[in-house]
Amino acid sequence: MEHHSNQIVVRVHTEDFSVADEYALLACDKQDGAVVNFVGKVRDFNDGSAVTDLTLEHYPGMTESVLLQISQQACERWPLNKVTIIHRVGRLSLGEQIVFIGVTSAHRKAAFAACEFLIDFLKTKAPFWKLEAGDTGAKWVEARDSDQQAAKMWQK
Amino acid sequence: MIQVLFFAQIRELLGTAKVEHSGDNIDTAEALRAALAATDDKWAKVLASDKLLVAINQTMSQWDSPVNDGDEVAFFPPVTGG
Repeated sequence: MEHHSNQIVVRVHTEDFSVADEYALLACDKQDGAVVNFVGKVRDFNDGSAVTDLTLEHYPGMTESVLLQISQQACERWPLNKVTIIHRVGRLSLGEQIVFIGVTSAHRKAAFAACEFLIDFLKTKAPFWKLEAGDTGAKWVEARDSDQQAAKMWQK
Repeated sequence: MIQVLFFAQIRELLGTAKVEHSGDNIDTAEALRAALAATDDKWAKVLASDKLLVAINQTMSQWDSPVNDGDEVAFFPPVTGG
């Protein structure tokens, strides 16, 4: 396989991000024929109860290091050029953006696969925790078995 | 000294985000968990969780992973980001 010098960007902060700005940064290399972006948002229902907002807690230091590690794993696994992972923390309202994952590659299959791998691994490996506030008070979101299964599918 | 951190509902249930442990007689993550659980009934219950995870020096670790003086050890529930 040819050598790729990957450009990895990892950011964890309270501020919102602009998908247009991130896309522009990802999409500027002529060698890339494919850019795949994923955005995760605060949705209004979780396990049947109405959600009004979320508070995202994380483990500063470990979070950034895990996001960098999974980005490097993706780059070893697929011929990627750029990887950007942005995750917000703190209090987020309904409909707000939580996470951005963007990858670029010469071809779409690698970009699609790597993007899905990254969100599946982020959800099961990166130390973030969601506290949901809703009409029945605040509660910590439970980890889902389906997320664990999704991450396991990439082990082969 | 071992720096011990707690996150999310573990932090909330214990009512503290950080404690220090002397490290005496601590050789593994499980030994540290057991020593902290011996604090009182509340700590025993919170740290008995079968879903509890442990990171040593910011790397996900196993219960039999070694813990040394000066390490940072964190206990937390399964992660739910994304």
